[in-house]
Amino acid sequence: MIELRGIGKTYRLGKNEFAALADVNLTIARKEFVALTGASGSGKSTLMNLVGCLDTPTSGSYALDNASVAGLSDNQLARVRNHKVGFVFQNFYLMPRMTSVDNVAQPLIYRGTAPAVRRARAIEALTRVGLEERLMHKPNELSGGQRQRVAIARALVGRPELLLADEPTGNLDSKTAEEIMALFADLNAEGHTLIVVTHDPGVASHCRRIIRLHDGRIVEDREQSSSRQSLHEAHS
Amino acid sequence: MSTVSAASEANPPLENGGRLQGTFYAAHECLRSAVASIRAHGLRSFLTMLGVIIGVASVICVIALVQGLSQTITQQFEGLGSSTLTLRSETPQQDRMRGKINRLRPTDLDELRFRIDDISNITPLVFAGQRFGAEVRNGANVANGQLLGTTANFQDVRRIFPRSGRFLTESDDASRRRVVVLGEQMRKDLKLSEDPVGQFIQIGSEWFKVVGVMESLGEIFGQNQDNYLLMPYQTALAVTGVITQPDLWISFSVRDLDNVESVKERVASLMRRLHGINPGQADDFVVESADTLARTFRQISMTVTFVVAGIVGISLVVGGVGIMNIMLVSVTERTREIGIAKALGAPRQFILMQFLIEAVVLAVIGGVIGILIGYGLSYAIAGAIPSFPPPSVPWWAVVGSCAFSALIGITFGILPASKAANLVPIDALRYE
Repeated sequence: MIELRGIGKTYRLGKNEFAALADVNLTIARKEFVALTGASGSGKSTLMNLVGCLDTPTSGSYALDNASVAGLSDNQLARVRNHKVGFVFQNFYLMPRMTSVDNVAQPLIYRGTAPAVRRARAIEALTRVGLEERLMHKPNELSGGQRQRVAIARALVGRPELLLADEPTGNLDSKTAEEIMALFADLNAEGHTLIVVTHDPGVASHCRRIIRLHDGRIVEDREQSSSRQSLHEAHS
Repeated sequence: MSTVSAASEANPPLENGGRLQGTFYAAHECLRSAVASIRAHGLRSFLTMLGVIIGVASVICVIALVQGLSQTITQQFEGLGSSTLTLRSETPQQDRMRGKINRLRPTDLDELRFRIDDISNITPLVFAGQRFGAEVRNGANVANGQLLGTTANFQDVRRIFPRSGRFLTESDDASRRRVVVLGEQMRKDLKLSEDPVGQFIQIGSEWFKVVGVMESLGEIFGQNQDNYLLMPYQTALAVTGVITQPDLWISFSVRDLDNVESVKERVASLMRRLHGINPGQADDFVVESADTLARTFRQISMTVTFVVAGIVGISLVVGGVGIMNIMLVSVTERTREIGIAKALGAPRQFILMQFLIEAVVLAVIGGVIGILIGYGLSYAIAGAIPSFPPPSVPWWAVVGSCAFSALIGITFGILPASKAANLVPIDALRYE
């Protein structure tokens, strides 16, 4: 589903060029559950932004769903994000003045979906993440875990194949983090391709494949058989 | 298993209901979010609109006052009736500077009477003022004003009537009686009593008996309309005509409205013959209908309206700059929000439209408030000035103000909106 070939990303900071990513080759198949880990500054967020078409690489080629993303206009990239990718961010990035339903329905606005359909699909998505009781609440009336669930519902509402989560548990306590990761595992089991960016090995251990980056290069790429059990064993 | 999360449904069946409808839903959403954002910052939105409110209010107020005034005057013109024609002399500016003044003579009046049928109420008006070379006096009280000679028809043609006493009659004219009818202001200036009928005044060295006082016409542009005196036409000629050649205005009614144009032509050809004007030479007179007078005046008042409204309208541009200013601040403030929208797949045009609509909504709400305030203000001002005619707010001013406000919103919203639309999603998302 995702094919990265020789991807490089350089930023210009004044006169210095800074390579956030260098020669990254990566293939991720459908229904995989991948963790991108590494220390801060290792390029994992940059990689996620490229995969999610929020950013474009300075070199290399990227094909999403067998279609090259290179050379697409801003609007075409927006369309790809809207239809194929669901984002979950560390800081939730919810609209503070909007209710859960309106927040979740937002991506559908950009597809020109009718208001009634938007609302129905938003309620459906919120029910999926277990927030059917919090439809008309605004973000500041919700706990951190609930906010992240709203954000996940928003990522789900457009029915994308690919879910990208950038430090989804970074602002949550460990118990809530466990719940969110369990939700991700369920979604993966239901057929979503999931990529989770995290620096937390505990979170990464939920995933079936762990890719570790260092200084913009992939230094480790391993599969683990049954993630959850192995985590519990490791802790005990 | 939930249907929401099934990845196999990544390309759901057509849910968009067509491109056009989708655009409509998106536009509706833009409008909704614009209104929500305006309401969320109530005070700030109001202050943003203030420039437009003040601008539109002043424009509407000025237009209402000028239009009210011009309507009153136009109505007075229309009192003359559309079947009334006025024949008067016309001297080109060049000739005037050479001292050659064209005149209509009393013989022209007689010829008109006998040679043109289909007309009635032939009323001469002779300006006797300057030719007397003398002032109007009542004992020690002196008045200055227009001295006019005319006939009994005058009151029917002009639709003004005496408020006390009587008007000039046919027999006054035939026997050249020394009688006058006074305008209200003239009576006051002469310090005559409310009802001075029967009293005598002096014009130059001649004595005249007051037989009536005309009803008041009020003021137009601060100019008193009642400062005049009427005497019989023949009297005026007798008193002044010996020394100088009088210049006449001749008003007459056309009996049949359909004949107005043909009567005009016949009068013109008669006058050309009488004045010995060769073919190719310009007329030394004009035939005007009350319509033309009213139309000319309306044109002038329209020009005045637009010029004044235009000058005041400059303040609207200032209001537009105010909107632009706040919108730019608002874009910066909502950078994160824009980043989220872009990450979720909002196309460039959507963001552009959202901010543009917000600017237009701000400007139009400001415009509507401005119209209401301007409307009220014009009535307050007209009420505060004595004898000022009631203001009139024409529909085109209301529609025009709304349209112009919207235009201001678009013009000054385009810069902030494109700034928002051109943000790079990843940078906007990271903006702190």
